[in-house]
Order: sequence, then structure tokens, then C-alpha cells
Amino acid sequence: MEHGTTGRLEEARVLGQDPVGEDYRRLVLHVPGIAAAALPGQFVHLRVPGLDDRVLRRPFSIYRVKGDELLLLYKTVGTGTRAMNALKAGDALSVMGPLGRGFPLDRPDSVPLLVGGGYGAAPLSFLAERLAGPGVVFLGGRRAADVLCLDDFKRLGWEAKIATEDGSLGEKGLVTGVLDRWLDARPAGAPAGEIYACGPDGLLKALAGRAKDRGLTAWLSMDRHMGCGAGVCLACVIRVKRPDGNGGEIWARVCKEGPVFESRELVWEGAAS
Amino acid sequence: MSQPRLETMIGRISMKNPVMVASGTFGYGPEYAEFIDVEQLGALVVKGVSVEPWEGNRTPRMVEVPGGLVNAIGLQNPGFNGFMKTYMPFLRTLTVPVIVNIWGRTLEEYGQIAALFEKADGVAGLELNVSCPNIKEGGIAFGTDPLMLERVVDLVRKQTTRTLIVKLSPNVTRIADFARMAEAGGADALSLMNTYPAMVIDIETRRPVLANVTGGLSGPAIHPIAVKLVYEAAKAVKIPIIGMGGIREAAEAIEFLIAGARAVAVGTANFTDPATALRVADGIQAYLVRKKLASVSELVGTVKVGS
Repeated sequence: MEHGTTGRLEEARVLGQDPVGEDYRRLVLHVPGIAAAALPGQFVHLRVPGLDDRVLRRPFSIYRVKGDELLLLYKTVGTGTRAMNALKAGDALSVMGPLGRGFPLDRPDSVPLLVGGGYGAAPLSFLAERLAGPGVVFLGGRRAADVLCLDDFKRLGWEAKIATEDGSLGEKGLVTGVLDRWLDARPAGAPAGEIYACGPDGLLKALAGRAKDRGLTAWLSMDRHMGCGAGVCLACVIRVKRPDGNGGEIWARVCKEGPVFESRELVWEGAAS
Repeated sequence: MSQPRLETMIGRISMKNPVMVASGTFGYGPEYAEFIDVEQLGALVVKGVSVEPWEGNRTPRMVEVPGGLVNAIGLQNPGFNGFMKTYMPFLRTLTVPVIVNIWGRTLEEYGQIAALFEKADGVAGLELNVSCPNIKEGGIAFGTDPLMLERVVDLVRKQTTRTLIVKLSPNVTRIADFARMAEAGGADALSLMNTYPAMVIDIETRRPVLANVTGGLSGPAIHPIAVKLVYEAAKAVKIPIIGMGGIREAAEAIEFLIAGARAVAVGTANFTDPATALRVADGIQAYLVRKKLASVSELVGTVKVGS
């Protein structure tokens, strides 16, 4: 199953960026070739200007595509994202993309259940735009400010279920709890739900467990420290089951075979799920 | 005035320009072919291949530091059969010379992998990894003991008629001794240098960042170290030297040529910009024009030391 496209190197022009709450920013790039080829769940690898003593690019999942424009939603967490705060309209930067294998778009017989933690909501917004019909989105975060892209899903007519750890928006607790109750309330004989998720590792691992227990399919977008982004350096590898079904494990490159994996492919460290 | 000649020879490999890519930073060929025209490289050096598939190290395997990165991938590779099946069909479609980096855990495995490639069409040369600092089972011992180095080079030489390049470790007291031993063992060329042994510690957890504890430092930080090694090795041997370590722009490549290298390789900078090697080749050409030099060979080894 292929959910990827051929990548390219393209010089992007920054059209602008604006804050999204306190901690997040939305960056808009004019990068027509990559925008045209991008699929939900794929990512781009940016060479951030002003990081002259740094040798690695920085990977970002694709938030949205609008014509020739590519939107990224990022949180300022380290050297690379701090330098990105200084990007302004007219700046040029080198972009590699679209990279990796994204979410499947060809699953019409199931109800899409999108589960996002924090800025993991960003690629799910793009996915919701490209899926045939609306489903349900489950968004979680530490507090209300960490629940992102809610307006995007509402605009598309999606039902949104929210959970925050401090209870400042939606239910108090974890997003997996909201998902559990939704699944439990589902009438017998209703079309099966299929999970598409992006967020912290703990969330994805919990969803893999739910998928196994409930016999659901779950597509998980994995995040690992990345080097080249193109399948060359073998830094971002994770353990997966051998595809031949003969047992055993092999390495898969998150940047190339992923970042989206079907949960049954994955081998979680220290767990048998 | 006609364009300066960029052609250079490494053993029996004729390169249209002196810029190749370094093993381990360019995959097995097709990966970066999506992004750049690999036919414009001087040569394409693929990641290390061993007789049997090899899993490599646990993760984390790489950490970025100012001026470079430290890696301990651990030579993960699909083995000879996997390489031939998955990558050789693509590589055979290219006209650019293909050099395969090879390694073994024992002397016998070095001989075996060289013998296997002797029967493979489409491979112009072999680069012998005797210096990868990540594998406890061998590498380091061959690369840092002059007598072991000569033995492994001599053994591989007897198994291959291809151009044989020996990639030396920087982690030795006198590089000239190792350069001479590789030459005596039958190497057609030397590549200098492999990564420099290094370590990064997370001060919050007090744990090494890399699962392998230590790794190899590459990138701009090691460039002056590599220039010194190329300079010293070039004085010690007659065979050509390929300079590598921290090339980002043409200037760093030109330094290697002046120090005595006949060719250069771009490594870590491929991760920053896969088109680096092509840009460096153009920059060398522009430099030759500016200095009114007719060819790369007029530049090689022209460092002016003393009065």
C-alpha cells in the first residue's frame, strides 16, 4: 500500500507566520511543487536559516495545503524552532518534501476516528480535508491552549470530542478515555471505526493497545529524532514485525516506511502489544 | 579560455569531477536520486555492505552537536545478497562510477565480501572500512594496528581486481605509518578520514545520549583535523588520496586538494543539502578559472609550507 509521493528539493518563500495561542505558531510557505504533491501524514524537512553551526534539517508534519501554499503548525521547543520564530515574509528557505508514507485515504467502509494529542492535531486537519466524508475527531491536550485545529474540523462538519488534563476544555482527563466511552456507546452492527492518530508516544501506544483489544485498525504517525529525512542515515529507525509473517523483528525507517504505520506492524519497547 | 579540466583518476576509476559522496551519507543510491541528479557526482560511494545482513546498534543512534553530529548507527546493512537484489539494479542504470564500501567482523569476512563483489557487474571500486569506530567485533583493531591493517589490505587485494580504496581511521598517532602500510598491502588509493571517536552526555539524566555510549563525530568540526591528516598522508605515499571530513562548500574541498588530495568526498553535508556535492564541483571549477589553472591536477598538493 503506497501513501507516499516522490520528494523534491524546493526553495520556499515565507509568506508569513502568526501565533496560535501562547506556545504555537502557524508558518505559511509558498512552495508550489511540494504543496501539489503533499498527502496527509507526510512531512517536510526544513533547512532553518540562521543555524549555521547545525548540520541537520528539521522535520515538520504538513498542517494544511492551500493551492501553492503549505502551512505548518509548530511549537517552540528547541534550537530549530526558536530560530524559526524569526522567519518573516519574503525569507527563503530550502524545503525537502513531501517525505514519507502518510495516512491511507482509500478506506471508505469504516468511520474515520481521528485522535490527536497537542500539535498532533495538525496533520489530522489535513487528513480530514482529504477524506471522503466526515467522521469523529478526538483532541487532547494538557490544557485548552494545547487543543489545536478545532475550528478546522468544525468547518468541515466533523464532530469533535475534547479532553484536557486540567479540565479547562472538554472533559477532564485523557483523550483515550473519551474515545473509550464513544466506542462503548456505539450500537452493535454500526460500521467499524478506524483510528488515525498523531501525538505523543504514550498516546500512540495506548491507542495500539485499544486497537488490539477491540479488533480495530489504527494508523499511527510516529515521531522519532530524524537525521536525513530521506532514508539514508538510519537514525530514525524503529522496531517492526517482519512483513513476511514468519516472526521476528526488523528495523523500519520512520522517515521512509513511516511516519504512518499500522499499529499491528509496530513492536513497542518493553511491551508485547 | 577553455574551461578548466575537472577530471581526476582514483586507481582505474576515471571521475568527471573530483567530488564524490562519503559512505554512509548517501544510502545505496536511489534515496537521494529523487532530489538531485546523481549522474553529476564524480563517484557514488554506497553505505557499507557485509557478507551477511547486520542489524546495527540500538537507538538513539545519532545526536547533533555544534559543528556536526555524532553517530553510532553500527553498520546496519542488508548484506551482500540483499544489496545485490534491492539496489544493484538501480546502480547498474547509472554511468557514474559506483564504489561499494565493504567491511567484515573478521579477516575472513573481509576476504569473502571482496570476493563476492569480484563477480558483481557495475561496481567500479571497493572502499575498505577498517576504521568504523562503532563495531566492537573488529573494525577498530584493523584500523589502529599497522600490521593488522597491512594483513587485511593484502588479503582483500588478493580477492579483487577492482580499484581498492582503504579508508583510514583518524584515531592513530602517526597517520603516515598507516598510509604506508595500506600502500604496501596493495591499496590503489586512501580515503581520509573516517569519523572521530566522540561521546555526548545528557546532563539531566547523566546518561550517554547514544545507545552505543560512544560514536563518531563528523561534520565541519572535524575538517581541520582531516586536512592535517591528508597533508601528512600525501607526503608519505604515492597513491592518490580522497579527502573528506566537514566539506560544506567548495572552499573546504579546495583545501583538501591543496593539502594533497586528488579527490574529495562530501559526507554529513548531504543531510543538510543533498545537492552539496554538485555545488562543490561547480565551486572548484570557478576557483580554477579564477586562479587561471587548467586542471584540478595543477592544484593537487600545492600547499606552500615554509619560505
